[in-house]
Amino acid sequence: MTMLIEEIQDHFPGVQIEQGVDMPVMVVPADRLLAVMEELKEKQGFNFLSGLTAVDYKDEDRIEMVYHLLAVPAAKMVRVKVNLNRQEPEVPSLTAIWPAAEVQEREVFDLMGVIFQGHPDLKRILCPDDFTGHPLRKDFQLNAGEGRE
Amino acid sequence: MAVIREDLQTQEIELNMGPQHPSTHGVYRALLTLDGEKVVKVENIIGYLHRGIEKLAEDRTYTQVIPYTDRLDYLAGMLNNLGYVQTVEKLMGIEVPERAEYLRIIMAELSRLASHMVMVASMALDLSGWTAWFPPFRERERILDLFEMTCGSRLTVSYMRIGGVAADIPPGFLPALEAFLNDLPQMIAEVNHLITGNEIFQARCRGVGKIDLETALAYGITGPNLRACGLPFDLRKARPYGIYDRFEFDIPTLNNGDSYDRFVIRLLEMEQSARIIRQAVAGLPEGPVMAKVPRVIKPPRGEVYHQIEGAKGILGFYLVSDGSNKPYRLHIHSPSFVNLGALPKIAAGGNIQDFVVNIASIDIVLGEVDR
Amino acid sequence: MENIFTGIAAYLEGLLAGAPPWAQTISMGLLYLVGVLAFIFLNALYLIYLERKISAYMQQRIGPNRLGPHGLLQSVADAVKLLGKEDIIPRGADKWVFIIAPVIIFIPAVMVYAIIPFGKGMIPVDLNIGVFYFLAVASTTTIAILMGGWGANNKYALLGSMRSVAQMVSYEIPLTFSILGVIMLAGSLQTSRIVAAQENVWFILLQPVAFLIYFIAATAEVNRGPFDLVEGEQEIIAGPYTEYTGMRYALFYLSEYANLVSVSALAVTLFLGGWHGPWLPSWLWFLIKVYIMIFIFMWVRWTFPRIRIDHLLGFNWKVLLPLSLANILVTGVGIKIYQLLTLGRW
Repeated sequence: MTMLIEEIQDHFPGVQIEQGVDMPVMVVPADRLLAVMEELKEKQGFNFLSGLTAVDYKDEDRIEMVYHLLAVPAAKMVRVKVNLNRQEPEVPSLTAIWPAAEVQEREVFDLMGVIFQGHPDLKRILCPDDFTGHPLRKDFQLNAGEGRE
Repeated sequence: MAVIREDLQTQEIELNMGPQHPSTHGVYRALLTLDGEKVVKVENIIGYLHRGIEKLAEDRTYTQVIPYTDRLDYLAGMLNNLGYVQTVEKLMGIEVPERAEYLRIIMAELSRLASHMVMVASMALDLSGWTAWFPPFRERERILDLFEMTCGSRLTVSYMRIGGVAADIPPGFLPALEAFLNDLPQMIAEVNHLITGNEIFQARCRGVGKIDLETALAYGITGPNLRACGLPFDLRKARPYGIYDRFEFDIPTLNNGDSYDRFVIRLLEMEQSARIIRQAVAGLPEGPVMAKVPRVIKPPRGEVYHQIEGAKGILGFYLVSDGSNKPYRLHIHSPSFVNLGALPKIAAGGNIQDFVVNIASIDIVLGEVDR
Repeated sequence: MENIFTGIAAYLEGLLAGAPPWAQTISMGLLYLVGVLAFIFLNALYLIYLERKISAYMQQRIGPNRLGPHGLLQSVADAVKLLGKEDIIPRGADKWVFIIAPVIIFIPAVMVYAIIPFGKGMIPVDLNIGVFYFLAVASTTTIAILMGGWGANNKYALLGSMRSVAQMVSYEIPLTFSILGVIMLAGSLQTSRIVAAQENVWFILLQPVAFLIYFIAATAEVNRGPFDLVEGEQEIIAGPYTEYTGMRYALFYLSEYANLVSVSALAVTLFLGGWHGPWLPSWLWFLIKVYIMIFIFMWVRWTFPRIRIDHLLGFNWKVLLPLSLANILVTGVGIKIYQLLTLGRW
């Protein structure tokens, strides 16, 4: 694991790495994300995108993209995070590296409002097409629909 | 002799398959572009069952989230319970009593059996093999009876608790389980006899919806669908959680990655699940079933990702805690959602009948897809 | 017992003795029609029940058991329910085509019964081209299904009706060719003569391959599993019947069961010795044999999964058709050799 940390830090000076409760965590700048992911996939064996999601830290005025990578079949894991501006959250899409990202990025776009640059078909997936707002944002008004008390 | 004239004008039609359709296994809609019977393009349209469980969880205490997890993959409620409570335990560092661990394994594997039985039965049914529907459902009923016996509920079990399980098993449980396990091989034989070996069934499934290992990994396919492509990757072995490292079982794999293999692998996995259950029953210790956990569950600030081998694939829970008694963020990475995302890739090129086979063989549960 | 039906017919004919001959012909024709209709309706009602019971027992279930003893009145209740259903005509439908299709499908289903020898001397119309008439009339069913599927203006219905045309037109060919072997043996197209020719030996023994081909092709002709692609409920909801409700739907259903009985009856007539049999009355023998055939049809349906459309057509053109042609060749050669041996001349 230390090898991984050293190598990544050597190649990508802007990347912060720490040991989380369950796995190493990297915080990557948005513009280096694709390069880091390529490196992790091709060189470090994290060949499987185990999941991606986003967390809205409203108080800190940021949205955090969280990617979990899995090495198959060694079953090692790593977490990659990207901090995004809460007003204009934009991050490069991973669809070119993992087609699996396509639906998951659409989900994050739908529920959190993150724009994925280079996504082939970025549109709502779970909410109806005419839905407004992004429900998983912390400032999304519950019970604010018309006709509600 | 040219059968089809080149200058013949043909037009593709769009067919909305679902959200109400016998073979979409729930409220799922596929927008098919058809050239005659041939499926040219598939577009998934989901979200009809979107209940916002992730958002609801942010407004519930940690314990109150458990019943929501039942409603994800409602065919394998125990597995969802297990994934969630283990996530919270991992963040809090709770040790679960031995007996509870064993009970969890028994219940989780029974859930997996139940889920695979539904898959096998409904795939047979989707091919119009009506009679083969019954043996799996007959046996599944006994699993549900066992659940009912233990926790009073059949589908939405909410059996697992943070720190253990809700209740110990009642006296009649183990004999009933034993009887069920003894009858299981016969059910599998019945299914094989009725449908697996059938010429028409094989003709319709072999080579249909074929996907190679590399594509499967790129598309994030996990679980039995991945193992049907030839990779023996099972989190229970590769990254054991709970006490799975104590049991001896095999990871069945098949190599073709087509619908037939995806069907057969479920039958093979059933046998392995039964093996695990037998070992768990044999090793079941006496003792409490709940750890001493605080009444109000307040995990420390932090984040944790925990994943288990669900019935449909890797089921992951990403939990962010802000130190309060409610999750700050709970993300559920559901296998059906990702597997379904690969369906357009898998299903393009077949005809409508193949499409039905493909949906059935991927085995989706809309509760989990839409969350 | 033997003459119960012929006796009734003769008695009624006797009542009309004074009437002019044309009136007699028309009245007797109507009488036969009523008889055939009663036969169809009673059979269809019973067959729905039978199908559900047989499938239930094959699947470790009990089946309908609420209405009447052993659920015998289930079909009656179903029929009443269907009658009470709202009659929906989709807005986008081609109204007349849609309305008329269920009526049209029922006509050939009834007409084919004209040449069925139900018992000794119990044949409504003994046409000298009986078998040919049966095939010709039965083939028009396709048109009605196509009308229903097209008229409904529904994509599932359209897909279903296109399947129906592809399937029925293809399977008609081996069906006809398989019957040809029997006709060569009997030397007649007249159903009564074909039955008479089987007095000593049933044609299933002389024509086993033809019987198999006939059985498979007939399954496809009446859209039963594993060849029920036209309805294909798991894929195309109910095919051409998707938009039909109430009595119109019931008519399709009814004609389907009527067709099932008629192909079984033809199978009995051509291969299983018709009404021939010891001890029991001839019509009872006929009925028993028909029901054995129907049971086999149901057995097959509840056993096999549905075949795929390309396999279906491939099987027809690449297997059944060559096989049926070969059967004709073998039959022809066999007849000539037999003639040479017994009569000493070609």
